[in-house]
Amino acid sequence: MKSASQIAADVRSGQTSAVAELERTLSVISERNDELHVFLHVDSDGARAAAIEIDARIARGETVGPLAGVPIAIKDNLCQVGVPTTCSSKILDGWRPPYNATVIERIVAAGAVPVGKTNLDEFAMGSSTENSAFGPTRNPLDPTRVPGGSSGGSAAAVAADMTSISLGSDTGGSIRQPAALCGLVGVKPTYGLVSRYGLIAFASSLDQVGPFSKTVADSALLLEVLAGHDPRDSTSLPEPAPSLVAHVADGVAGKKIGLVRELFDGADESVVAAVHAAADALREAGAEIVDLSIPELGLTLSAYYLIAPAEASSNLARFDGVRYGLRVDAPDVTAMMEATRTAGFGPEVKRRIMLGTYALSAGYYDAYYGQALKVRTLTIAAFARAYEQVDLLLGATTPSVAFKFGAKTADPMTMYLNDVFTIPTNLAGDPALSVPFGTGEEGLPVGVQLLGPGRSEAQLFAAARVLEIADGRP
Amino acid sequence: MTLPDGWEMVVGLEVHTELLTKSKLFCGCENHFGSEPNTNICPVCLGLPGSLPVLNREAVDFAMRIGMALHSTIAPSTFHRKNYFYPDQSKDYQISQYDLPINSGGFLDLPDGSRVSIERAHMEEDTGKSTHLGGSGRLAGAESSLVDYNRCGVPLVEIVSGPDIRSSAQARAYAAELRGILIATGASDGRLEEGSMRFDANVSVRHHGEPFGTRCEIKNLNSLRSLQRAIDFEALRQIELLDDGGVVRQETRHWDENLGETSTLRVKEDADDYRYFRDPDLVDLAPDQAWQDRVRAALGPMPAQRRSEVVALLSSPSDAQLDAVEVVIDLGLEKYVHAVAAVAGDASLAVARVANELAAAPDDVVRLSTEAFVTTVLMEQRGELSATQAKTVLGELLTNGGDPHAIAATKGFEQLSADTLGSTVATLIEANPDEWQRYRDGDEKLAQFFIGQVMRLTKGQANGKAVIAELQARR
Repeated sequence: MKSASQIAADVRSGQTSAVAELERTLSVISERNDELHVFLHVDSDGARAAAIEIDARIARGETVGPLAGVPIAIKDNLCQVGVPTTCSSKILDGWRPPYNATVIERIVAAGAVPVGKTNLDEFAMGSSTENSAFGPTRNPLDPTRVPGGSSGGSAAAVAADMTSISLGSDTGGSIRQPAALCGLVGVKPTYGLVSRYGLIAFASSLDQVGPFSKTVADSALLLEVLAGHDPRDSTSLPEPAPSLVAHVADGVAGKKIGLVRELFDGADESVVAAVHAAADALREAGAEIVDLSIPELGLTLSAYYLIAPAEASSNLARFDGVRYGLRVDAPDVTAMMEATRTAGFGPEVKRRIMLGTYALSAGYYDAYYGQALKVRTLTIAAFARAYEQVDLLLGATTPSVAFKFGAKTADPMTMYLNDVFTIPTNLAGDPALSVPFGTGEEGLPVGVQLLGPGRSEAQLFAAARVLEIADGRP
Repeated sequence: MTLPDGWEMVVGLEVHTELLTKSKLFCGCENHFGSEPNTNICPVCLGLPGSLPVLNREAVDFAMRIGMALHSTIAPSTFHRKNYFYPDQSKDYQISQYDLPINSGGFLDLPDGSRVSIERAHMEEDTGKSTHLGGSGRLAGAESSLVDYNRCGVPLVEIVSGPDIRSSAQARAYAAELRGILIATGASDGRLEEGSMRFDANVSVRHHGEPFGTRCEIKNLNSLRSLQRAIDFEALRQIELLDDGGVVRQETRHWDENLGETSTLRVKEDADDYRYFRDPDLVDLAPDQAWQDRVRAALGPMPAQRRSEVVALLSSPSDAQLDAVEVVIDLGLEKYVHAVAAVAGDASLAVARVANELAAAPDDVVRLSTEAFVTTVLMEQRGELSATQAKTVLGELLTNGGDPHAIAATKGFEQLSADTLGSTVATLIEANPDEWQRYRDGDEKLAQFFIGQVMRLTKGQANGKAVIAELQARR
């Protein structure tokens, strides 16, 4: 399948058309969506209208953006005008947003053609899409296995060659983990680099929207379109968007990269081997590899599972049946809210709302939420100290390759542990990406994770490109 | 009202005021009272999924003005979420300042010379408004409820006083003075009847010299009269309870205006746990010195100073005149008084005309220039217009504007010629010989009788002073 940059170039030059690219996408979706359950909603009409418009603009000789005519899949927690948006939850039943997320506006302005909304773990809470109220997505590389989560649908859309790029969101690894399990590049940008306006919040201080793609260059291209200040998001960084595509080929010569023990300890043998092989590849490309230990990272999983649920318990309060989505009738308004939320939320969402409510309660705040905030401060300081010694950090993205359905659903903790390597950088607000490197069990892809200080995306892409080449994808 | 011997009440007030910003606290929707329901709304104030708040700088300006007027310290502050489920709150949490308010500390001096300390004045968003149909008109038991989100997200400042107030009259004076300050800062229109200002009163009682008693909070008082009555009722209720050997429970109470009593809303034990935490969608607020300086420079004088400046123009003013000054200050119309004083005119006459004629038509005052007002007062003062005529001229100036001399001429308010006045007085003396004799014998009260008769015959065109001069000349 062609890369996004290739599609855009071909559409602009007239070698192909936006309509033709879209029809190819729609036909792959209709062939495989029943089996894989990638899309919850395919917006064929809206997408066709958008593609026709792009072709018409090109025919009139108008300038079109860097994603002209590129079909793109959208995680179903991003608001798009008039298109059903569910967060894979029954509680948003029938809701169609009256406004666009900033990221939707940006990709459309860049010429991309949104084709539909992809499956996720309900409200982005999960690591396998098994928490979707509408059933899980299957991993296109092995349909008996999960695609990862929560952005599993967006990862599967690219892995199944439905689209070349897609949008996900990452709160504790929800882009990088499915990218690793589906053999893709996935990026969690610096907190504030991409606007959260129109992203339905899970944990506001951790959520970031980011790209999936098969190639490093495509992720750089898409992130360049997404990034930049948005006055509608108070936490949006004020600085102008960084130039990324221009730095993909910069290499790593002279860079110092820390190999962090806590970011691969306990992972499967094949994963650990891939991380070491990646370190070797970076060294061969001229980087200096430094062994590092950041013991504070061992505290981050517990802190994350207090902070994220605490914020979620408040963010998800608005789903009360009064204004939109599901309403279960009851004799009075309090009973209606209770009945609506009882019927509308799945078990994992309820579990996290209860965890978060407890952590914020009077008498428990200091011991739980307050303590977690202290760990977060320590984590930020620990990463900052590491980045005084090295430019980037290297580790695993996940403890294992893609696992089978049901393998981690018996005990929630087992599933939570899947995020152990990805969570720390969300707490710190720093960027990280996952890039495929080597294979593990059953020939399934392994993802290695590159982490950097705030706004170091260009360096991360350059290092990822080195690994991409070393892994045989020139 | 006085409390039974030995008892003292301790009162602290929490005053919520809506700010007169053009738009709401966290979105661009119009901040306007009285629009059709659910017309000033958008994804942000409706709390639609994915929407995010952005702080309105104008609201911060107003909050700082209030803090500066109350001598508060302006400090870096944060916004928290106060979590509770209620249908008129679109996000099911309220964004409010919690442990770090924009204004902390301060005080307010009352006209009687007492000082009430201010603990804090913080920013928060208002909720929507529910209308409950059927049942008692409250949420519980209603058949259905309608919610209007126009008010949802309107900026509020909550001003919390220290427990320094010792009488309901002082509480009322505090509320009235605070209202004057809020109007003077431009932060609020002070319209109690529209809910622009709402009062919560914390009331406890104790024997003089003892530690504070257990307090009850009376919620949502919306007039100065209710505030005073509710505090009196509540203090007496607590005293009776204690006198009978009972104890005061800490609770929130509701004031029933018709019954004239408070009743339990909820007791402390089942108080909600609001699970406050810092709102991750907003960043810290730390207005720099330049911003604070800009706000301070734009702040005019406060009512206390303006009041004393007007009072200084009057020689030994009566209570009625002081009340008139209060009206002048309340309406912010003292420039008319100062303009009269500036040309050595009669300031007390100016105060009277502003407090009566101008106050009767505050919306029309825009049409009245200070020059026209000064001219009218001077004409009256010099006897060129009678009081009735001066009031008519002011009325015309307020309704249509124009020139006082021209209006007087059109209305036929030319001064009565000396001849006409003289012949009128002569006619009256002839017709009332007994009264004239008593006046000549020194009964000065009879002067009023003749003035009244002259006014009747001349349809109010004569000037009282001129009549007296004429009478004196013939005495």
